[in-house]
Amino acid sequence: MQTGTESTYNYKVVRQFTIMTVVWGVVGMLVGVVIAAQLIWPELDFGIPWLSYGRLRPLHTNAVIFAFGGSALFAASYYVVQRTCHARIFSDWLAAFTFWGWQAVIVAAALTLPLGITTSKEYAELEWPIDILIALVWIAYAVVFFGTIWKRKVEHIYVANWFFGAFILTVALLHIVNSAAVPATFWKSYSAYAGVQDAMVQWWYGHNAVGFFLTAGFLGMMYYFIPKQAGRPIYSYRLSVVHFWALIFTYMWAGPHHLHYTALPDWTQSLGMVFSLILLAPSWGGMINGIMTLSGAWHKLREDPILKFLIVSVSFYGMSTFEGPMMSIKTVNALSHYTDWTIGHVHSGALGWVGLVSMGSVYYLLPRLFGRAEMHSVPLINVHFWIATVGIVLYIAAMWIAGVMQGLMWRAVSEDGSLTYTFVESVKATYPFYVIRLLGGLLYLGGMLVMAYNVARTVAAGRAEEALIPAPRLAHA
Amino acid sequence: MSEFSSGFWDLYIAVVSVVSIVACAVFLKLQSARRVSTGSIETTGHTWDEDLGEYNNPLPRWWMWLFYITIAFSLAYLALYPGLGSYQGLWQWSQVKQLEEETARADKRFGPIYEKFARQDVAELAKSREALAIGQKLFLNTCAGCHASDGGGSRGFPNLTDRDWLWGGEPAAIKATIAEGRTGVMPPFGPVLGEQGAKDVAHYVLSLSGAAADSIRVARGKDLFAENCAACHGAEAKGNPALGAPDLSDKIWLHGSGEAAIVETITKGRTNQMPAHKELLSEAKIQLLTAYVYSLSAPPR
Repeated sequence: MQTGTESTYNYKVVRQFTIMTVVWGVVGMLVGVVIAAQLIWPELDFGIPWLSYGRLRPLHTNAVIFAFGGSALFAASYYVVQRTCHARIFSDWLAAFTFWGWQAVIVAAALTLPLGITTSKEYAELEWPIDILIALVWIAYAVVFFGTIWKRKVEHIYVANWFFGAFILTVALLHIVNSAAVPATFWKSYSAYAGVQDAMVQWWYGHNAVGFFLTAGFLGMMYYFIPKQAGRPIYSYRLSVVHFWALIFTYMWAGPHHLHYTALPDWTQSLGMVFSLILLAPSWGGMINGIMTLSGAWHKLREDPILKFLIVSVSFYGMSTFEGPMMSIKTVNALSHYTDWTIGHVHSGALGWVGLVSMGSVYYLLPRLFGRAEMHSVPLINVHFWIATVGIVLYIAAMWIAGVMQGLMWRAVSEDGSLTYTFVESVKATYPFYVIRLLGGLLYLGGMLVMAYNVARTVAAGRAEEALIPAPRLAHA
Repeated sequence: MSEFSSGFWDLYIAVVSVVSIVACAVFLKLQSARRVSTGSIETTGHTWDEDLGEYNNPLPRWWMWLFYITIAFSLAYLALYPGLGSYQGLWQWSQVKQLEEETARADKRFGPIYEKFARQDVAELAKSREALAIGQKLFLNTCAGCHASDGGGSRGFPNLTDRDWLWGGEPAAIKATIAEGRTGVMPPFGPVLGEQGAKDVAHYVLSLSGAAADSIRVARGKDLFAENCAACHGAEAKGNPALGAPDLSDKIWLHGSGEAAIVETITKGRTNQMPAHKELLSEAKIQLLTAYVYSLSAPPR
């Protein structure tokens, strides 16, 4: 590595991941819209096995979580860790490997899942050769990230990096443990665990994928982009400390709430439930720190659409982290489990929190990465914000109503003790809500297309920015 | 009944769980000083990336209370419910016990309604509007997944509305099918008959129900049928309800008609299962279901 580059930040890898965030966002959300439509018109698979719902659904979840969300996390963490450490990224070569490696994982997923190649573990469907590639990329990611922290020119490690660091370490642990399998052929393996142990390991993984991939990582994003965009210091360092440690400690226990009233022992279910409840306050600590950072500058929310994205996303975060603990209570879960309420809950987190905070961050990043003062069109950011928000509200409200309705229909008992409704009647009653959900999804995708246009125009008019590393400001304590 | 392989793990779980929850409270208490001693300035004094700073506001009181309340609730919950190793909790609750209690309550409330049906004859029940209404609801929730809402079945799942019965259509036979389940096995004859032999037999089988067939193959297949198939399907190919062997001379095809489907059945065999329902449904409910299924094809009411 030449010493000349050491005076600048590596923006190239950030640019690559930022662009792919938008590309995979469009792809992943488009697949989501397709499967939402298939639930209304099942014939939309055109009789082609590759387009069947069961194969496209994991493609949708993998595309939005790991391709869209993952690229956003890589982009944000590489940008933030360099800027807050005042150091160029550790190893340009390894950083480039994480970009191309991660894109290869995504392409492999996009090919194998429609072909029906799957481990059938939710959010861990990819088969073992791809899992090994993920592990390699992830270890390289950890080396790049922690190597940059190690190179830092400031004494203290900024709070955003705690969250990125916890996210990277824990996802490595989760992925390696849950993907342990015995290969049978090149595209088929069997889990290393059996029966209820397999289910428990899977949901230990599954819930922590939510907790660390979709929460801790994006909190890292929030901790940088909100104070930067608002031009205000973080509300409370002390709150950061308490909610960080409490969050990463308690998330680890919450997985069993996915297995209430199953073969999982009662004691495990109870522990999962109480730790999910304890998780409420640590989660809200992050929301408070994000929203209160704006205190004294609320007027900025009116004129700055990027801040709207960021603050509304934190509000959705607060809402879904209240809903989650409630749904983990056994009595509530007995109603909500297996219904579309769960789908609504996931999407208030995914569309509201993860989606909006990523979009806000991309709007912040893009002009800076391409040497522009601002996005091609600021009003279009506003347009995106409003159609996305209306889309989310339609989506989650439809799924709440549908979910509670399904739960009540399934448990309704007639005078003679027989079930009042058959399953298929509950499906029929859900149709109108599926239509509203599709409409919400279409709006959200529409917003993403507006963003893609805005990004393309900004990039076309910009040039690759080479940013010099400024000298760190000395602490004035 | 312990889920633990030794007393150690039992204790280990309990101690780690309680210590973890209490540690959250202790940690919170240690961090909850009202004033933060950083002198006169309001931020921590650290600056990153030119202008990123941090205030050091104390923890919001309401938030701390929220945290404490969830911790207190959790400890109380773990005292009352199972959660700490094999400790059953003061209320001795378990999900199995909850199921048993709810089932007992339902039996007590709805039992009398069913008792009167359990004593009645299936043929009688098949004429009772009230019994058939309950039977239909049971059918829609239990059987329709395979046999379809109208009992018409689909490929691999028998049609219950025609008068063709694999295992017999008398009330007693239907009831036995529902309660005990059935496993219909046709062994694979590919290895015995070879490709051409299987085709010859298929053409003979096609000819039995009057379908178009190659007369040379029919002639060859007839002998092969007598040697290999007649034992179960009968010399006349009328089937055998004792074995669940289908009648091949009618035009009803469980696994598909036509040369290709029949060759496949002969070559690879078939295994078809109707699951047993006696563990899932009470005697009276099975009686009602039997009556409903019987009514679908029974002589006009």
